[in-house]
Amino acid sequence: MNRYPTNQRFTINLEINKEWYEIDILASDILLDVLRDKIGLTGAKPGCLNGDCGACTVIVNNQPIKSCLMLAIEAIDTEILTIEGLKDTPIQRAFVEHFAFQCGYCTSGFILICQALLLNDNNPSPEKIKTWLSSNICRCTGYKEIEESIRSVINNIKNQSIK
Amino acid sequence: MDIIGKGVTRKDAWEKVTGQAIYTGDHKETKILHVKKVISPYGHANIKNIDITKAEKVAGVRAIITGGNLPLTGEEIRDRYPIAQDKVRYHGEVVALVVADTPKQAKFAADSIQVIYEPLPVINSPIDAINPKYPLLHPDLDTYKKISEVFPEPGTNIANRTKIRKGDIKKGWQESDIIVEEKFSFSPSDHVAMETRCSLAEIRADNKVVISSSSQAPFMIKRLISDYFGVEIGNVIVNTPLVGGAFGGKASVQLELLAYIASKAVNGRLVIVENSREEDILTSPCHIGLDATVKLGCTKSGLLKIAEMTYLWDGGAYADKATDLSRAGAVDCTGPYNIENIWCDSLCMYTNHPYASPYRGFAHSEVLFAFERTMDSLSKKLGIDPLELREMNAILPGNSTPTQVQLNSSTVGNLPKCISELKKKMNWEEGQLVKINDNTIRAKGIACVWKTSTIDTNAGSGVILTFNPDGSVNVISGVIEIGTGTKTVLAQIVSEKLKMDIDHVKVQMEVNTQSTPEHWKTVASRATLMAGRAAIQAAEDALLQIKQLASIVLRAPVEDIDLGQERVYLRGDPEIGIPFNQLVYGYKYPDGSAIGGQIIGRGQYTIPHITNLDPETGAGKPGPEWTVGAQGVEVEYDINEYTYKIVRAISVIDAGKVLNQKTAEGQIMGAMSMGLAFGGRETFYFDNFGRVLNPQFRTYRPLRYGENPEYICEFVNTPQLDAPYGARGLGEHGLLGMPAALGNCLSLAAGIPLNQLPLIPELIWRGKKGSRL
Amino acid sequence: MLSYNFEYYKPKSIKEAIEQYQTSKSQDKKPLYYGGGTEILTLGRLNYIYTDAIIDLKGIPECKEFGFQNNELVIGSTLSLSVFEENKVFPLLTNTSKEVADYSSRNSITIGGNICGQIFYREAVLPFLLSDSTVIIAGPSGVKKFLINEIFNKELRLDEGEFLVQIGTEKEYLKAPYLSVKKRKQWDTGYPLLTVAALKKDGIIRFAFSGVCPYPFRSIQMEKILNDKKLSYKDRVLASFEYLPSPILNDIEGSDGYRLFVLENTLSNILSYLGGEELE
Ligand SMILES: Cc1cc2nc3c(=O)[nH]c(=O)nc-3n(C[C@H](O)[C@H](O)[C@H](O)COP(=O)(O)OP(=O)(O)OC[C@H]3O[C@@H](n4cnc5c(N)ncnc54)[C@H](O)[C@@H]3O)c2cc1C
Ligand code: FES
Ligand code: FES
Repeated sequence: MNRYPTNQRFTINLEINKEWYEIDILASDILLDVLRDKIGLTGAKPGCLNGDCGACTVIVNNQPIKSCLMLAIEAIDTEILTIEGLKDTPIQRAFVEHFAFQCGYCTSGFILICQALLLNDNNPSPEKIKTWLSSNICRCTGYKEIEESIRSVINNIKNQSIK
Repeated sequence: MDIIGKGVTRKDAWEKVTGQAIYTGDHKETKILHVKKVISPYGHANIKNIDITKAEKVAGVRAIITGGNLPLTGEEIRDRYPIAQDKVRYHGEVVALVVADTPKQAKFAADSIQVIYEPLPVINSPIDAINPKYPLLHPDLDTYKKISEVFPEPGTNIANRTKIRKGDIKKGWQESDIIVEEKFSFSPSDHVAMETRCSLAEIRADNKVVISSSSQAPFMIKRLISDYFGVEIGNVIVNTPLVGGAFGGKASVQLELLAYIASKAVNGRLVIVENSREEDILTSPCHIGLDATVKLGCTKSGLLKIAEMTYLWDGGAYADKATDLSRAGAVDCTGPYNIENIWCDSLCMYTNHPYASPYRGFAHSEVLFAFERTMDSLSKKLGIDPLELREMNAILPGNSTPTQVQLNSSTVGNLPKCISELKKKMNWEEGQLVKINDNTIRAKGIACVWKTSTIDTNAGSGVILTFNPDGSVNVISGVIEIGTGTKTVLAQIVSEKLKMDIDHVKVQMEVNTQSTPEHWKTVASRATLMAGRAAIQAAEDALLQIKQLASIVLRAPVEDIDLGQERVYLRGDPEIGIPFNQLVYGYKYPDGSAIGGQIIGRGQYTIPHITNLDPETGAGKPGPEWTVGAQGVEVEYDINEYTYKIVRAISVIDAGKVLNQKTAEGQIMGAMSMGLAFGGRETFYFDNFGRVLNPQFRTYRPLRYGENPEYICEFVNTPQLDAPYGARGLGEHGLLGMPAALGNCLSLAAGIPLNQLPLIPELIWRGKKGSRL
Repeated sequence: MLSYNFEYYKPKSIKEAIEQYQTSKSQDKKPLYYGGGTEILTLGRLNYIYTDAIIDLKGIPECKEFGFQNNELVIGSTLSLSVFEENKVFPLLTNTSKEVADYSSRNSITIGGNICGQIFYREAVLPFLLSDSTVIIAGPSGVKKFLINEIFNKELRLDEGEFLVQIGTEKEYLKAPYLSVKKRKQWDTGYPLLTVAALKKDGIIRFAFSGVCPYPFRSIQMEKILNDKKLSYKDRVLASFEYLPSPILNDIEGSDGYRLFVLENTLSNILSYLGGEELE
């Protein structure tokens, strides 16, 4: 029994962290699995594969997307940013300084949703921060440290770029 | 002290914020085979037939494994086949494994296996389990192998009974003027660590069994694989990288066995078994449930005279660690009070629920919910302020615990001080109920907590220090970095001892049971005590070697050699000295000849004087010390809709000594958050087939950002004399009193006793309606 | 991860989409239209949904439309719910849809998928039921326009091969007074225990519900009683319960009895917020 006739395989090009990748995929491959297993970018984590936890969050065209809710084939012609594409950003530094992680498993997703929020709005209201950040689950912290991190970046942002 | 007590940046910080941190499931080599499970859709059923003919034909399938020919397993009672044989006893139990080239193939094949079940009557609560009218889940209980400290009762569904008999019950009741009795119950729930459990296994040509696992207990895996499958213990090697949250759930050994079995079925090839979220909730062990009865007696003035408790634990389908949990619930079967007369029967019941593993707090938050709620009933009946009642009865040095351990100021923290701090933090004088507007009141509830560990009597920890050519040091310990930051604390201890810059102390985050000295299990908030003591000893050992070498090179007695700034020098003349980096690989004289060699520091620690419990009275010393604390919760409660928001959560914990302020606060806040979610929302919902109806985050809902209250953490510092710098365990303690404090708070606000969990508005509504849930 | 594979098509026109559907069908395959995919991928993973070919609607210009045409606000079916968070032309829609799922999921969930999905809350349909919106539906028999209240009965009644292209809402409804209330089992996360959306038009308050029954609905009979100025708010609410469809949901989010308790409070609150004078 062969479930995978070749007409369901695709070779696609994806732009991830400003680099191009050529990969062979099945139409039903979700972006998360392709990032992790085909490209080796394991920063995005599987936490539920159900859209509920946010551990798999990446930034697609400047918006936070749960990569378990997207097919890799849908990501053609988009710009994808994963945690591996962030280097020494203010939000990463803030997470370190404010101890905003414990086990670290949710951290990539949380940093990316914070980063996406900051890219879209450099002075979000507390209500908006809650709306965005409640997309993700952190089981270890009590969220206070994460709140302190994003607030500290917002407070510093006024005069500097967040990139 | 320079480095102890500071908010030192965690050693795992940068890899965690850059996505470079590697967890078990991130290791995927191309040659790996993938394992998928077939799990039971019923809580209790006979397996009539398993048809694998379709699955066998799926391309890429390398093996299909069903029950039979496998050993019984279980840490205390061997009552569980790793793959069910003839019968399933819980929803999610593994019925078959498929090994295939790709995960899709494995899953497709697993989905095409057809199993015919014959559903059986289900035991859906411990109260039913003890009722002889209900089925016997383990008719062969008398034939199972078991350890000597567990006391199952064959012919019943009792997997273990622990008895506490302290003082004179009759006398206790005679001396009591006021008596209250309350009943409590809550279902099992789950840890839901963000990383689901995952194990890899490979059996190499030289018979080495190499396992990687997201585990809190790699050394236990090594022992159990050897015990269960007759593998020479030295041939079992277990690797554990960083672990994405554990909370006790990864202290049980389960997927590792499946990985081993699967690898064996494919000639030892490397295989990976990963839990889906649903499997992690259903198949892997969960957080125990409880039915409890607590009866208390006291004098008119409020002095506790007697406590009588029956705890029926919902251990689930298999004993594994549930029996140990029921024992721990007996050890600290009361709140932290001085009570002369105590009677408790703590029973671990078999039910058709997922079986239990440790959960942060190890049976304490569960017992405390029942006990501290009853304390509030007592205070109400007495007309005494609930904190005053607790203060009056607080356990003190000189008193004894339920297992009759005489306490001193090192073995128990200062509860009265915690209570008085809590009063200040909660503005207690203001009153417990404050009206905000016509619809809303602000209510405050409290609970006092304590906990000791109940780990194996001879559990040990070892630390090795090696050095790098630049003089920096490597800390190698079997403690797992599960998120608690313990390895950073070990680095701080070594930094302090060697007077070395914290940046020059490198920690090995991963554990490999072949090259890392054993740490029993990273559980019970004991890593800092045990590994901390081992680290101190290892640092001292290294230092002595360094000084001895220096004494030769500097031609001075060892006693005259001091250290600082990563060099050793003569106390009388600090100018004369040598930096570490010229000593740690041996010293090389200008002419090229060398003396000494690599410095390797060794340290180990085993908690002394821990004993088993007397089977008749429970007397015995279960753990080294009792951490105490007082906690509070403040909610805004809508008197019309019975909804509420938790606005503040307060913990005052006697930490002995805080070694890293930031990680300590993080542990307390995270634990409070988890405790509030457990108290306020998290539970399994079962149907009549014993099926868990909410095995996803969509319906099983931990706290989210913004649902959390403001947290207040306060520490009292009564040192535990034999602990590193006096530090007591605190990784679990923030959780312990949260369900009870929330229950007390809402019972007060709603004006009705709320004795079930989770404390959802519907529960209050039912109570208000006067109907039974 | 899905255990099965499927073909993937991304047509550029309505016609192409329908043809693809029919082609797949004629090859004995089970095609599915695909919006955000969040339901297809998550239920597919659990084998609750099976498909041989997905037809992604996101490449069809009409399905991406968002703006005014004549007197109507036109909303393409593949717009993601988060779009309405930023653009508040239809505030009731903004308020209702921003309570569905969570922010980053709303970036993927489409309005068409929410309305046509199996997960029976379909909360985003409520504003359209209240505003007598129209829907454009395309299928083998052509492109047709319907009043949503005619074709939405518990779910959008689509024939084989049809899909939702657009929803049209007349301007006059967009700025009408409204309130949307989502009550959950506990705190701020999760499916609705129940959601009630209300819109006041020509002095009459309209009500639509999700989470009360295993499907969303608007009830004209209930509206009549709820607007009966001869009765007090409380009496109106209790009297309206007689016309609640059945069954009232009784599940892990809450029992039927508790839902009615919450519904009673919620309706009373909406009435006092939108109702003006209680008694004539
Ligand atoms: C994390 C999460 C939380 C959720 N919480 C809620 C909630 O609180 N309230 C709520 O109401 N829902 C909730 N949902 C359900 C969600 O709104 C629905 O599952 C919805 O179907 C998803 O839309 P989609 O665009 O991703 O649909 P898809 O997965 O693309 O499609 C779903 C179904 O609709 C069909 N379909 C899609 N678009 C069209 C179209 N234009 N015409 C005809 N048929 C079409 C598809 O064929 C398929 O059968 C939640 C979902 C997730 C992932
Ligand atoms: S893995 Fe994607 S949301 Fe949980
Ligand atoms: S740090 Fe462990 S889940 Fe967030």
